[in-house]
Parts: sequence; structure tokens; C-alpha cells
Amino acid sequence: MLKIPSIPVLRSGEVYRSLEQQPINAIGTDQPAALMSMANSGLVKRDLNFVGKSRDVLKSIPAHDLMQMCVDAGDHFLKGTLPVGEQEYPQSPDDYVKSLSATSGLPHALIRMNMNKLYEIFTEMPTIIRGLTRGLDLAVLDKGYGEQHGVPVSYSANTDALAVVLPSNSPAVTALWMPSLVMKIPVLLKPGREEPWTPWRIMQSFIKAGMPKEAFSFYPTDHDGSGAIVRRSGRVMMFGDDSTVSQHALDPRVEVHGSGKSKIIFGEDCIDDWEKYLDIMVESVSANSGRSCINASAILVPRHADAIAEAIAKRLTEIKPLPFEDANAKLSGFANPKFAEYINGAVDAGLAEGGARDINEPHRGRERHEIFQNMHYLHPTIIRCESWEHSLANREFLFPFASVTEVAQADMLDSIGSSLVVTAITQDPVWVEELLECPHIERLNLGAWPTNRVKWDQPHEGNLFEFLYKRRSIHIAALAHV
Amino acid sequence: MNAQDTLDQHTRETIQHHFSPETGSPFWLKWAAENWDPRTEIQCFADISKFPHFQDEWLRDITNEEWVPKAFAGRPLNVFETGGTTGLPKQRVGWDDYKHDYEMFSDQLDDDAFPKGGNWLMVGPTGPRRLRLAIEHLAAHRGGSTYFVDLDPRWVKKLIIRKEYDQAERYQRHVMDQAVEILKHRDIKCLFTTPRLLESLAERVSVPGVGVRGCFCGGTTMTPQMVRFLVEEVLENKALFVPTYGNTLMGLACSIPLTDDYSVTYYAPQPRAVLRVVDPDDTQNTVDYDSYGRVELTTLTKEFFMPRFLERDEAIRRKPCNRYDWDGVGDVRPFGVMENKVVEGVY
Repeated sequence: MLKIPSIPVLRSGEVYRSLEQQPINAIGTDQPAALMSMANSGLVKRDLNFVGKSRDVLKSIPAHDLMQMCVDAGDHFLKGTLPVGEQEYPQSPDDYVKSLSATSGLPHALIRMNMNKLYEIFTEMPTIIRGLTRGLDLAVLDKGYGEQHGVPVSYSANTDALAVVLPSNSPAVTALWMPSLVMKIPVLLKPGREEPWTPWRIMQSFIKAGMPKEAFSFYPTDHDGSGAIVRRSGRVMMFGDDSTVSQHALDPRVEVHGSGKSKIIFGEDCIDDWEKYLDIMVESVSANSGRSCINASAILVPRHADAIAEAIAKRLTEIKPLPFEDANAKLSGFANPKFAEYINGAVDAGLAEGGARDINEPHRGRERHEIFQNMHYLHPTIIRCESWEHSLANREFLFPFASVTEVAQADMLDSIGSSLVVTAITQDPVWVEELLECPHIERLNLGAWPTNRVKWDQPHEGNLFEFLYKRRSIHIAALAHV
Repeated sequence: MNAQDTLDQHTRETIQHHFSPETGSPFWLKWAAENWDPRTEIQCFADISKFPHFQDEWLRDITNEEWVPKAFAGRPLNVFETGGTTGLPKQRVGWDDYKHDYEMFSDQLDDDAFPKGGNWLMVGPTGPRRLRLAIEHLAAHRGGSTYFVDLDPRWVKKLIIRKEYDQAERYQRHVMDQAVEILKHRDIKCLFTTPRLLESLAERVSVPGVGVRGCFCGGTTMTPQMVRFLVEEVLENKALFVPTYGNTLMGLACSIPLTDDYSVTYYAPQPRAVLRVVDPDDTQNTVDYDSYGRVELTTLTKEFFMPRFLERDEAIRRKPCNRYDWDGVGDVRPFGVMENKVVEGVY
């Protein structure tokens, strides 16, 4: 009988095998690709009372050492053979790719791309931390106080642990919590249903690099357990839709990463040269199979919308479902067919309103929703909206999808609404000034830069350091040991 | 006489009692007049399948006087309630059944874990429930006294339906505050509570550390993992955990001692109550052993006759064991929980 990996609960680093083992089936089959230990909610609640001990362990290690462990962990993640569970199931990088692909529907090529991105997060951690802390000397976190730019500073932690309720949609998204460890805050992870693999592998990489195992708790759990994590943790990072965002909008403990509604916008001065920016638009919409909140979901232009929509659609039509192992596979399937059906239905419902056209339809020559090798896919879709008011103009979906709409430059910044990333293609100094003033934009790319490319020293989607720590005023008259 | 013979004889006696004009209740006498005479048709327990399923709304829609057997006429009665988050709750009349049931249960308890003369604490739904009197009687029967901390599950259920989780947690803390005070300042050896409240209590105190030696638990689903957690961590492998399955309509089904898999199997207090695990699509038939089916309860006491009531639970049909020579029900969970979202586990 083929041995399948069994992913346990981790309780402050201690492996715990639950009596409740949930199978994670390989996509399109009833064959389990793994078993996952499910933590009962009482166990989660009990453990939450003791997370302070895990923080004590991390606090005892200098932050610079933790940083080096993080950098070293990158190699383990990318190249190492790491245990799933205890030592009985060693997982090579290839095993990881196959397992994740089997349960999530992500093509191998996309997983490898995400592995490289995660490797960079490990190895670029000094830059990331510098960006988050604005260059704070990490010794300040060791002592609790110090100096920055000649000014006394002191920071105290808001929490004993960072709880993260993870999604299943994209491995790299699961890495937003990684800097927390260098900041001496343990993590408590609740993995997504189809994607326990990446957080598990990241944790094991850290542990192999010397990070204390006590810093990691991992609780596959049900709705009840998940609710306990959200309600009882000092700081919570979670992922969800607009309703989840609004549900927690007034709770300072909870940071919800919702839809990004990232955009590319053209100024009057550059729009006639739009063809020069076609590659940027295509990459922004389709990279990582359109699954990230930093993928562009809307393109706003003063004119040439028909031609732009047509050109992007034509390029995106080249992205098709391919076998998982195909090196050219760029389109992810849906582990849960209902998601594909729901999204496809939502797009169709928007089109049925009138005032919008699916530009890819004539190019693809088949339905948007296709079942290929037992997996549900949504083909890339560009929607040409006649008005920014159309319900599909400012929507974000979990596949390569974007609207193209003509909006006068003067109206754009008042129209775009909350946008995680905006790439503004313009040289107009007056408009650039307005863009810099625009309160709706979280991350601004001025000029030809795809929305999906991140710079490690430029945090977006909230600042993890400010979420985990608060600055206090400090004056030290005399301390004997200083 | 073996268990089956005992059950068949008990069934005949119970039917005679409830359907004889001299001793029966107005409800069942009227039912017999409109349908058929069970005194001739029912000769053994298997014949109970001739009855249709008992409808629990009868316990809400029909007045309590209609359920009083003539044999009990003139005796003041207890009214016990079940459910009732909205509207009139279902009610059952009773006199001594709870005493019989809990005396039988007492015989099953381990005297080291539940010492005679030891005091009890009940943390859970009291109010109009049979359980409140039953626990007090159990303690008294064993020579102890009972302390009570009430929790109103109807209110908690409303909070959960409204997603007012913060309020629910505050209410639970309020309940725990009271329970902890009693545990710290009174000599309590035995505890009755629900799994959720027991977990919550153990976040505040070491349950064995404050002197509790045995915990009898019931109320909501207990998966093997949950039971293991309660035994190993909440009770620290020091106090004895005794899960039970019961309700106002049945009495109390005892569990057999736990094994390494922590799967809980309950056995009904036959012949006073009988549990069958039936095929939900054909409730005349039981499912195969070790398969899930819906739980069907028949209550056969002098005070209350309730044939073939379909519980809102499903369970694994388990084989008879050394201690109980009849079928058991294992790993009980809400009926349809795998298909539907069930608001459960509120206390």
C-alpha cells in the first residue's frame, strides 16, 4: 500500500497527531494525497493560553541571529529534503511540487515560480525588515529600546503571537507572516484546506536553520477552531473577500487581506503609445494565474480601449489549461469546482446586464469554464466595459481577469476606489503630483512597472511591524545594567 | 431470562399499562381508539415497529394533562422541558422516572472517582430541565450535596445564531467565574458539566488540582479526538471521565470504559429505553454494525411511553458487549452534520 504523508498539528513545535485525520484528496479523484490532523477547538483555545512561553524563547535570541537563520532557511526551502510530520516522510522539493499540485491544481511551473519567490523572501529578509521598520537597528527589539536617527525609541509588542488564517489559493501569499519571526513574534498558522504544504515547508526550513521550534504552531482545524483563533489571538492576519474585510474593519487586532483591485491607469500623455506597454499589461493581469491581489483587475484608459482590450485578449488566449507537469502551464485549476462555477456565473451575470463584452470569447473558441483532465479551469477573460459604473469594471476574480474601460484622466483618481497597487503610465508632472496625493492607492508604481512585481523594501497591504509593535515614548534616567 | 426476553416482557407490561382504560393516559387511549389496540398487536419489542414514529411536536401542541396516565392521576407532576430556543418548548411530564434512571446510573459509577458522600457541582443547563433534579438526586442517592451554576442554552444559541460571539464568550466567562469560585472554596469531588464548559473550566483551574476525582459529562457531540483531549489534557489523566448520552425523553445511556481509540459507545438503559440505529431512508430497518444511521429512541416506562422517536442524532451501530447484552450507539453526532451546517455545541 502506498504510504501517504500525514500532516500533524504542531503545538509550539511539538508534533501532535489528532485522532481526527482529514483526507486531502488529489484533485478530481477520491484518492487521498495526504492526511491532515485536525485540531479540536478546545485544544486550540488551551494552547492559546500558553503562547507567551513561545515568545519568551524567541525573545532570548538576538534578532540578528534570527535574521541569519531566516536567510539560511531559504536554501533549505528551495533545495532541502524536509520532514512532513516527523522523520518518516521526507519531502524533497520535487515531492513538495507534486503534492501541492495534486491537491491545489496549481501547475508545477507556477509552483516553482512561487518557490523562487519564497526563496527570495527568505534571503531578502534583511531588506524586507529594513523596509518594514524604516531601518531600525534590530538590537532595539532585543533590548526594547535604543536609538534611531539619533532619537531614543522604544517598541513593545502588541501580542505574544501572530495568528494567520491562510488561504489555499496561492503559495506565495502564505509568506506575508514570515518577517514576524525575525521580529521575535511566534506564529500560529491555520492552513487552507488544500494547501498545508507551503506553510509546513516554510516552518520546517526555519527549524532546520536553527529557529526554535517553539516559535511555530500549526493548527489545521474546523470553523469552530478557526473562530477561536480569530477571537482569542492578540494579532490576526487573515484573507478574505470584501464581506470579511468589513466584518473586522473596526477590530485593530485583525488585519484582513481582501481583494486588491489593483489597476493600470494611463495618462493622456502616454496612451497613444499603449502598444509599448502591452507586455506589462499582460503580465500584470496573468502572472501567477491571476491569483494574487497584486494582479491588475482593471485597466483604465482615456481612449483606445477597444484596441487595447483586443490586444490583451489575443495574448491571453495563448494561456490555456495544460497538464500539471507541462513546463509551459501557466493557468491554475480550481481544487473546488464550485469556485469555478460561481466565478463563471458571476462573470456571465455581469455580461447579461449589457454594456460589457467578453473580448476573449471569439478568440478562445470554447466556453470560459472548461474541465480539462478532471480539473476545472477558467480561461483568461478581458471584459470591455462601456462604463466604469458597470458591475464588472471594478471586480476581482481568482483567474486572469481584467476589465478595460475608457475614463477621462481627470476623473480617474476620483473613480478608482481603494486599490492595492496602481501602475500609472504617465510622465505628466501635474498628474504625478495628484497620484502621490491620492489616498486610495496603497502602492504606487510610476511608469512602466507591472503591478505584480514587488520590491522587498516597499511593504504593502499594511505594515507588519506596525501591526505587531507599538512605539512608546521613553526616558531612561538611570538603569544600573545599562 | 436474557436481555431480549426481559425487554419483550417489559414491552408487554408497558403497553398494557398505557393502553388500559384503568391506567393509561388520555392521549394514548384516544390514539388506540382511532387506530388499533396495541394490547393485542404488541407482543414483543419487535412489534413496536407497528407504531408510527412519535412526533415530538405532540409534546408542545398537546397539553400536559393529556399525557398523565390514570395510574398517576392526582399526584403532583414535574414538567420538564427540552429545546425551546424560540416559541413554546417541548415538555414532558414525570414523577419518579428520573430517580430510577439516575439510581441505575449510580450503580455504574466508579466509587473511587465518584466517592460516596462526596459533593457534586453541576455546571450547565438547570432551569426547567430534568437534569437539574436528576443530578441532585444522584448526589443525594450517593450521600452528597450538589452545588449548581446555571447556563441558559437558549440564550447562548440565540447569540450564536446572531453571530454575537463576543457576548457568548462573555456569558461563558460569567458562568465560569461562578464555577471556579465554588471549586476553589468548597469541597467538590464530583462534577457534571458539558464538554465545552469542562474545557473552559480547565482554562481557569486544574480540575483534578481543585479536588475533582470524577467528571460525568453529557450534552453535545464528543468526537474521539475531543474525548481524548478531555481525558489527557483537561482532566490530566487524573480524574475519571464518564461520557453519557441522554435527554429528557430517554434518561441516561451509559458508556463503556474508554479504550485507546477514545471512541465512545453508549448503551441505553434497557428495558426502560431502547436505542436503535436505523436506516434514515427506511427506518424499519437497522443499519449494519459499525455503520452510521439515525438514532431512534423508544421509551418504555410507566410514566411515559414514546415509540420510535427519531432523534436529531446519528451514530454508529455497535455490537452488544460484556456489560450490556444489546446494541450500542457509537460516536454520536448531529444528524446530517456531514451534509449540513448544524448549530450545535453551544454549551
